[in-house]
Amino acid sequence: MLKTFPIGGIHPPEHKLTANQPISYLPVPASVTIPVSQHLGAPATVIVAKGDYVRTGQVIATSKGFVSANIHSSVSGKVSKIDTIIDSSGYKQTAVYIDVEGDEWIESINKSSEILTEIKLSPEEITKRCLETGIVGLGGATFPTYIKLTIPAGKKCNLLIINGVECEPYLTSDHRLMLEKGEEILIGVSILMKALKVERAMIGIEENKPDAIDHLTKLASSFKGITVHALKVKYPQGAEKQLIKALINREVPSGHLPLDVGAVVQNVGTAFAVYEAVQKNKPLFERVVTITGNGLAKPGNFVVRIGTPVSDLIEAAGGMPGDTGKIISGGPMMGKALRNADVPVVKGMSGLVVMPLEESERLEVQPCIRCAKCCTVCPLNLEPYLLMKLAEKGLFEKAEEERITDCMECGSCSYCCPSDRPLLDYIRLGKSTVIKMARERNTK
Amino acid sequence: MSNLLNISPSPHIHGEETTRKLMLGVVLALMPALLTSVIYFGAGALIVVATSVSSCILFEYLLQRFVLKKPISITDGSALVTGLLLAFNLPSNLPVFIIVIGSFVAIAVAKMTFGGLGNNPFNPALVGRVFILISFPVQMTNWPVPAGIKTGYADAITGATPLAIIKEGLKNGESISQLMHKVPTTVQMFLGKMGGSMGEVAALALLIGFVYMLYRKIITWHIPVSIIGTVAIFTTILWLRHPESNASPVFHLLTGGVMLGAIFMATDYVTSPMNPKAMIIYGCCIGILTVVIRVWGAYPEGVSFAILIMNAFVPLMNAYIKPKRFGEEVKYG
Repeated sequence: MLKTFPIGGIHPPEHKLTANQPISYLPVPASVTIPVSQHLGAPATVIVAKGDYVRTGQVIATSKGFVSANIHSSVSGKVSKIDTIIDSSGYKQTAVYIDVEGDEWIESINKSSEILTEIKLSPEEITKRCLETGIVGLGGATFPTYIKLTIPAGKKCNLLIINGVECEPYLTSDHRLMLEKGEEILIGVSILMKALKVERAMIGIEENKPDAIDHLTKLASSFKGITVHALKVKYPQGAEKQLIKALINREVPSGHLPLDVGAVVQNVGTAFAVYEAVQKNKPLFERVVTITGNGLAKPGNFVVRIGTPVSDLIEAAGGMPGDTGKIISGGPMMGKALRNADVPVVKGMSGLVVMPLEESERLEVQPCIRCAKCCTVCPLNLEPYLLMKLAEKGLFEKAEEERITDCMECGSCSYCCPSDRPLLDYIRLGKSTVIKMARERNTK
Repeated sequence: MSNLLNISPSPHIHGEETTRKLMLGVVLALMPALLTSVIYFGAGALIVVATSVSSCILFEYLLQRFVLKKPISITDGSALVTGLLLAFNLPSNLPVFIIVIGSFVAIAVAKMTFGGLGNNPFNPALVGRVFILISFPVQMTNWPVPAGIKTGYADAITGATPLAIIKEGLKNGESISQLMHKVPTTVQMFLGKMGGSMGEVAALALLIGFVYMLYRKIITWHIPVSIIGTVAIFTTILWLRHPESNASPVFHLLTGGVMLGAIFMATDYVTSPMNPKAMIIYGCCIGILTVVIRVWGAYPEGVSFAILIMNAFVPLMNAYIKPKRFGEEVKYG
C-alpha cells in the first residue's frame, strides 16, 4: 500500500495534458509589468524611478519588514512608469512597468549551464542569499523562503520535506522540473538541509509521475540523507499538513506550523530556485509555468520571466480559444480566476488553465440532501455543510467552535457536493469574519 | 480583451455526482430486490410499485404546483425513491386506495410539510408505511405467500410471515425447534421465498444492491454494518442463553425488514447522521431497538419503528457527536 493521508480527500480527473511537454523558454516579452507584492506579507518598496535603466536580475523593490521579499527586474530596459494594476490576486497594487531593451543580466549572475555541486555557503549565508534573491515558496503560497529557514529559538527542525506532489489537476510544472532539473533540485535540497541543519530530507511524489519518482530515486542515491517516496494519488496531498501526515504519520496540531512536529516543507520548484540563487547567484525573476487547457492548440511548460503578460503565454500555447470562459491562475481546485489575460505572470503562478465557457459556469444550487459527502471528503474532518449553514445564518461564534478557521480552502467539499452548493464560498465568508472577530477580541 | 471572462472563487471544477444520479443509483440498487419480488409475488408486486411510485410523484407535483407554488422538483428522483421504498415495505396484495393514502402521508405529511427534500426529520416512506400499518392493520398484515410469478393480485393466497409464526408460536407455548419446521429454510429465506413485505424478503438481492451502492459510493458501510452487526450480536446472546425461546441470529437477520431497513431505509441521507461516529451509534441503536421490539414488543417486527425512533435523535446526534478533527488533541514534544 502506498502512503497517503488517511482522512478525506478526492480524486478529480487529472488532465495532465502537458506531462510530456519539455520545458521551453518563452522569448523575453516586449514589456513587463512587475507587481511589488508577489509574496505573502508586506509589499516591497520600489527603489527605481521612471526613466531608469535596469538590468535583468537587478533589485527594483526591496523587502519591507520581516515577512516580505525583494523584487527583481526580470528584463533589461527602461522603467516606463510606476503605476497601479489589478494583478492576478484581483487586488490593486503598485507595479513597475519596464520596456525591454535587449537582455543584459547583472554581472554577479553565473550564466553557465554547468551544474555546481559543492555548497560553499554557510547556513547563515544561504538564508541571507534567499532573502536577497527574493525566493518565495513556489508551490503557490509564496511564503518568503528565508523565514522558513530561520528556525525560531526553542523550536527544532529535524526533517526537511520536499513537496513534489503536484496534486492539482492539469499542472505539470513541478513534474517537468523534476524530470529535467533533477540534479539541480537535489543540490537545492542539500542546500536547504544545510541551512536548516537537518540530516534527513524526504521527497514526496504522487505515483502518477512514475518517471519523476524513478529519476529522482536514482539521483538521490548519491545524495546523503535524501529519500524519495511514492504516494497514492489523492487531492489535497500537496497541502503541507496532509503531506506530513502521509509521509511521517504525524498530525500538525490545529493552529500550528509544520515546525511544531519538527518538519519544514518546501516545494520542488523552490528547491530549484534555491539552487539557482545559492550556486549561481541568480535572483528569482523567472519560473516554470504550465499553460494548459483542453481547448489550447499547443499546451506546454515554459520558463517565463516574471511580469510577462499572461496573453503572451496563451499566444505561445496556440492562442486563446474562441470559447474561452475562464482563465485560472494556478490549478482548478485552488487557483484564482483572472479578470483578463493582461495580468502579469508572478512568482506564485505555477500554471494557467484556460477553460471553455461551458465548463466555467457554475450549476444551479439545489437543496442540501444531507448526503454527508462533504464531511467524508474533508481532509480536516470538518463538517462543511454545517459551517456553510452557520456562516449563512451569521452564527460566527458557533462556527468558531466548529473550527471553521482550520479550513484550508482545498475545495473538496464544493467539488463533490451533488447539489452544487457553494460550500467553500460561505466557509470563506465565515472564516474571514471569525478571524476578524478573534483579532478584535485580542486587541481589547 | 473583448470578451468578458467568468470570475468565481475556487474550486473551478465540479465532480460528476448530482442528486439525480445518486437517486437513480439507489433506484438501480433496488432493482434486484424488485425483480425477486415479481418472481415470487407476481403481478401484485408490479401493481403495488406502480401505484406507489406514480402517486408519490403525483402528490409531490400537485403540492408544489398548486399548494406551495414552488418550482417543481419531481425530476430530482427523490419522490421516485420514496415511492419505491414505500412499495417495498408493503404486502404485494395491498388495495390501491391504501397505497395511495400511504403515498399521500409519505409525501405530503412527512416530506413537504417540513419544506421538501432535505428538511424532513423522518423517513417519508416509513412514515407512510407506519401510518397505514396502524390505520389498516388487517390488510397490512395479510401477507401473500410466494407462489410464483403467475400469482394474481387480488386473489393471492395469504399467510403469516416467519417472524409472526415465531411470535404467535412462542405465545402459544411452542418451542423454537418445533416452530422451525413451520418456517422456510435458511436458503429459501436468503433467496426471499417467504411471506413478507414485497421488497424486504430477498436478502441476497438486497445485498447485491448494497454492494453496488458501496461501489458507487452512494452510501458508506457504517449504518448497514452497525445495524446488521448489532442485531446479530444481540440475537446471538439471546439465542445462546435460551435457544428454545429465541430464534437464531441467522433467522433474525434474514426475516423481516432488517436487510431492507439497514441497507436502504436507515441510510436515507436526509434522516441519518452526518458523520461516521454518529452513524455507527445510530445503527447500533436501531439494531438494539429492532431486537427489543421483536422479542419483547407487541409487534412481530420492529425495524420501521426502530428507524423512526432513531430518526428523532439524528439532529441531537449531529449536534453532539463530532468527528475527531485533523490536528485535534495531538501532543508532540
